[in-house]
This record gives sequence, C-alpha cells and structure tokens, in this order.
Amino acid sequence: MSIDESTAARVAKLARIRVEEDALPALAAEFNTILGFIEQLNEVDVEGVEPMTSVTPMRLKRRQDAVTDGNQQDKVLANAPDAREGFFAVPKVVE
Amino acid sequence: MLDLTFEAPKPKVIAGAKYDWELVIGMEIHAQVSSKSKLFSGASTEFGAEPNSNVAFVDAAMPGMLPVINEFCVEQAVRTGLGLKAEINLMSAFDRKNYFYPDLPQGYQISQLYHPIVGEGEVIVDMGAGIARKVRIERIHLEQDAGKSIHDMDPNMSFVDLNRTGVALMEIVSRPDIRGPEEAAAYVGKLRQILRYLGTCDGNMQNGNLRADVNVSVCRPGDYERYQETQDFSHLGTRCEIKNMNSMRFIQAAIEYEARRQIKILEEGGKVDQETRLYDPDKNETRSMRSKEEAHDYRYFPDPDLLPLEIEQAWVDDIKATLPELPDEKKARFMSAFGLTDYDASVLTADVESATYFEAVAEGRDGKTAANWVINELFGRLKKDDHDITTSPVSPAQLGGIVDLIAKGDISGKIAKDLFEIVYTEGGDPAEIVEARGMKQVTDTGAIEAAVDEVIAANPAQVEKAKANPKLAGWFVGQVMKATGGKANPKAVNDLVSAKLGL
Repeated sequence: MSIDESTAARVAKLARIRVEEDALPALAAEFNTILGFIEQLNEVDVEGVEPMTSVTPMRLKRRQDAVTDGNQQDKVLANAPDAREGFFAVPKVVE
Repeated sequence: MLDLTFEAPKPKVIAGAKYDWELVIGMEIHAQVSSKSKLFSGASTEFGAEPNSNVAFVDAAMPGMLPVINEFCVEQAVRTGLGLKAEINLMSAFDRKNYFYPDLPQGYQISQLYHPIVGEGEVIVDMGAGIARKVRIERIHLEQDAGKSIHDMDPNMSFVDLNRTGVALMEIVSRPDIRGPEEAAAYVGKLRQILRYLGTCDGNMQNGNLRADVNVSVCRPGDYERYQETQDFSHLGTRCEIKNMNSMRFIQAAIEYEARRQIKILEEGGKVDQETRLYDPDKNETRSMRSKEEAHDYRYFPDPDLLPLEIEQAWVDDIKATLPELPDEKKARFMSAFGLTDYDASVLTADVESATYFEAVAEGRDGKTAANWVINELFGRLKKDDHDITTSPVSPAQLGGIVDLIAKGDISGKIAKDLFEIVYTEGGDPAEIVEARGMKQVTDTGAIEAAVDEVIAANPAQVEKAKANPKLAGWFVGQVMKATGGKANPKAVNDLVSAKLGL
C-alpha cells in the first residue's frame, strides 16, 4: 500500500487536521514508512489462529440498566466556547 | 400446526415514457432500545428533557472517559433477533465509525460493522388475506445514536443538544426484498408491531424512536428475478439512499418520487449516481445531501475501548423462553380458534393490548360475536373519544357481560347497544343495569301476544291493507316494538304478527 500526496491530503481533511500544501510530501512519506513497517506483520502466517483481543483473560464488563449519571448541564457546557439556553452554540451547519 | 402459508404480492410496476419499470427497496430501520439509560453511560434516555441534562461525561466525549455496556440493551437486541427468527451471534464486537459532525462529540459512532450481534432473519409482511411478502433481514447491530442539532433558533448558529447522544439503537438491515411503496410502509408497520410485542422498542415514530433509511433503485421487469436467482446485484439498478424518515406516509411518497426521478434519468439515457438524499415533505421531492458524500469514508476500525461482546447460549435460551406469542402466530390462532376472518384477526392483533382484551372477552363465549363487539362497538366508541384500548372505560368483563346477555336472549342487539353506551358512560354491571332499568327483552309470548292483539284491534284499516300486501306486516312489528319499549323479542313479534294476520 502506498500513500500519495492527494491521499494524505484527504486523510488530513477527514481528520480535520490542517496540513499545509508544502508539508504534504513529507506527511505522505511518513505514512508510507509507518505502513511499510506494519506491513511486515503480513508475513506472519496466522491461519487458524484466533485473534487476541486482550492481554488479560477478561470478559467485557457490563452494567445494569439504571440512571446513575447526568443532570450536570453546567459541567457539560463548562468548556464550550459558546453555549446558549442550555445548548452548545456552534457555527451554522447547513444541510 | 397453524397455517402460515401465503402467496407473494405482485411487484409495483411504474410505466415510464418508454418502458415499464419495477422498484427494488431495502431498508435500514433504526429502533431505539426501550432502556432507561444509555448504551455506554448511565445517563437517562428520557425524551423531552432540558437540553444537555441527560448527558454523562462519556456521552460528551470528555477525555479519559470509558464506555461500559448496558446489559439490558444487549438483551433487547438478542430478544429482537429471536423475534425475527434470526441467528444470534454469541460473539460480536464494536467498531468505530469515524465522521465529523457537531452532534457527535466523540468524532465517531460506536457501531458493529464487522461482527453484528444478530445475523439473518425474516419478517413476513402482510399485504391482504393470504398475501404476504417475506422480507429477509440481513443483520441487526447495536450502535449509539447521535445528538440533535437545531438550525432555526439563530441565523448564524446551530444549537446542539446531546441528550440523545449515546442512546442505544438497533439498526435492522433488510435485504432488497421490498417491491413497492405500500410494501415498504407495511414492512415498517410490521416490524414496529413485532418490536412492540417484544417490548424492545416503543415504536414511537413521532419522537424519532423508530426511523428508516430507504434504499431505492429501479429495474426492468425480469431483472429482479435474475438477481434473486443469482444474488448478483449487477442485475439491479444503482440505488439511492433516502435518509432518516419517521412517517409511513412520507416513506411512501419519497419512494414514489425517487423511483420516478430515477426512471426519468434512465429513459433520457443518463446514469443514476449512488448518493444519499433527503426527502422534503413540503415540496414532495428528494434532493442530494452533498455534505454527506465526503463523510462516507468512515475509516471503520475495532473500538480499542471495548472487548468483544461474548454471550452464552444458555442466556440466549433463557431470553427465548420468555418470548411472547408474536403477531403472525397470534393472528393465525385467532383465525383458527375463534373462526375470525383474516381482517378481523389482523385488527385484533395489531397490538398486544387489543389482542389481550379481545381474548378476555372471547374466553368461553362466541369468538365472532366478541370480535364484532370489540371491533365495531368498542373500537368505534374509543376512537370517537380519542381513547385507546388501555384507557377503555369498559372492561373486558363488562363487555363480556353484555355479550352474555345477548346470547341468553335477555336483550336484543339493539338494546345491547344502548346498554353498551350506559356501561361506557356510567359504568356498572351490565346484568344489574338491565334488571334495574327494565331493559330485559320480553320473550314471554303471552305478553307479546297481548300487545300484538291490541295493535291489530286498534288498526282495522291497516289489517286489510296488510292482508292484500304482506310486506306491510313490518308496520305492525314496528308498532308492537314501540308499544313494548323495544324490549320484545323481534323474532317472536314477527312470528306472531304473521300468524295473527294469517299471512
């Protein structure tokens, strides 16, 4: 798998990370180095091996269906750059 | 064994300017799990709360917060799967679906792309007596709902409420087995009915607790059969997805519009672009949601915060043991055990409450009479007052009492309706009311005979006319009924009048 500059630009855009035009070649090269390194894993034969999902033999923790949280509008909104009438206020998103 | 056989309905055919076309429809239904708290947090799911008050830090995606799954939600997904006769996957896993939107603070939705909890099942969609479409279910997975954005409170800002963020949804994905707008609406209706029977989703479409994404494509007659034979999608047309519909009427209108739009493009030699569209009920049209296109690259990957979800077969079996009788089985049983028509059985099994009510009335009585009274008198009266069956002022025991009085011959059908109105508005025991208010039908032939004699003696001219024209006997019957306050047994009166007049 090889990442070119336009793919790097697209990934950056999807992740909402601004990357200047002239930084793209270096970014693409870095992606390729990382992917190339990981690619080595493909050389391992894992036929019939169950994927390991955790290093400890744990079962997914579950909780009962009870309301134990919430009612903290002020705290939820505390870090918002703008909040009005209990809502987060964000720049207009038009469909 | 109950008879659950049926014939497939004909697909809808739309005549274009040049050719005939058929529709192919698949649906993704988002059904909100009827849980008290969210899928991965302990915040309430209650509708209509103050904005951002039902929000845990997990829902607001505060750094360092970790999701913990709500076991009840898992149970409801399994229960739904079992209700749709689907395979349950004892091992499923959660993935992150990445996209940016202000009402999605995590920047991703936790969903189940690669290993859903429920596999293939089916829904039988009734389209009239003995006609039904079998719609295959591809999968059901658990996922988080997003928040709500409000765009019309300020000209320059959008307002975001995270109360719905993280509420558990079951996404129920069908195969493209639906062949027309009416079938699509009926499919949603049937699924909603099953979910409500199971109690896993309240089915409230107005509040958005049940919403549908509809995939529509068109093809020429014969193409769909080729697809069914081979399961090769290349026989079908390019589909468009109409997002987020929460009204049966709009679903039908949107499909109709969208099919015609695609037909026009194809007949003019164009090509349908695969895209996401939004239905505008005010203009009755669908339009492209270009903003969603780029976001379609979701870069799914397994959620590292959550271990795979492993459940035990014994637990699934326990859930299965608590499943209620479902609509198809209940309807078939009502038809065979009570001799009801397809239509009456459908009406009475539309929801569990109506079915339970009817069964209580029909128990030990004539099923057809009970069905008539529940459907025609009770439902009609409740509708007039905007009541539903759960708030009916007449209990099954009271209605049963009325049916008993008719069966015994104590009251006529006409008096029964008056009695029903009294019970409905004033309450009370029907038998006692009949006794106390002297509503009992007179079956004593002596008393009726006396009334008949009186009417005949008082109207010699009418007697002559009736002898010449036997149809006029009805007038005497009417007079006798009037004289007895409607309490005389109409059949007895009829017989006596005919005999006395020598007809």
